[in-house]
Amino acid sequence: MFYGTELNSRLMLGTAQYPSPQVLRDAITASGTEVITVSLRREGQGGDAFREILRDSGCRILPNTAGCHSVREAVTTAQMARELFDTSWIKLEVIGHADTLQPDPFALVEAARILCADGFEVFPYTTEDLIVGERLLEAGCRVLMPWGAPIGSGQGLRNIEGLRTMRTHFAGVPLVIDAGIGAPSQAMAAMEMGFDAVLLNTAVAKALDPVAMARAFGRAVTAGRAAYAAGLMPRRDMAAASTPIFGQAVLA
Amino acid sequence: MQIDLNGAPVTTAAETLSALIEEHGFDAASVATALDGVFIPRLMRSTTPLHGGAKVEVLSPMQGG
Repeated sequence: MFYGTELNSRLMLGTAQYPSPQVLRDAITASGTEVITVSLRREGQGGDAFREILRDSGCRILPNTAGCHSVREAVTTAQMARELFDTSWIKLEVIGHADTLQPDPFALVEAARILCADGFEVFPYTTEDLIVGERLLEAGCRVLMPWGAPIGSGQGLRNIEGLRTMRTHFAGVPLVIDAGIGAPSQAMAAMEMGFDAVLLNTAVAKALDPVAMARAFGRAVTAGRAAYAAGLMPRRDMAAASTPIFGQAVLA
Repeated sequence: MQIDLNGAPVTTAAETLSALIEEHGFDAASVATALDGVFIPRLMRSTTPLHGGAKVEVLSPMQGG
């Protein structure tokens, strides 16, 4: 599914902003996730405790290049992450704008080309733009991660028709909705549309009860995937009676 | 010599990246290093010389989304 790795859970969870390390641990467990995202920062306090959480989680680690605004920063960060986490997976973020945290598609494609050529398995954080998606695949990416909405905004699937088009256009390419999800219903909608997974962080970490919210998201993603697999009925503009007319009494 | 370590000015006697890591008590196995914006793999730290004004980054795992 993702660079040859089959996962049971289609929810990927971020590890930032939790009220405590214990809540983070419990949220990871409650969500059922098998992939957690992490970052690299200057060595400071508390590094050991966090490393222990990562180890105990049993999850695959997906390091990110969050905060990088240039190709060079992103490539160097990815190389450092590969050594530190012993994985060729990288969630490639090259941010183009500080307010929207919108990816810079030009720098993204260039960084993706360099990293794929260097043996990385790149998960690019992108928009729903089809041509950028094509360029990323040409660069060697085998997964695309379109945003639902700006990172941390909780707005859900802001351009649902555009995302639907992207799903259809890239049939067979694993697509992960990354960023902007605020509620389980939004994650479920993405899964019902046929997206392969959902990646989120703030919606769980900033919930009143992050552990319960992690569980809710886990179930929503499972239900959405099951619904997609079951085949949704076609939408109609007019009503269509579900109860048969045949055999109805004449009482008027 | 004077260098820049994780954004702070530092005076060091270390002549290589690995000596600097040791001098500052970093756990060598659980950090990743870059010199002047270029990744330096663990095995190359001992043969990577420092120079005055060098910008060294020593990074470790952190929470992220």
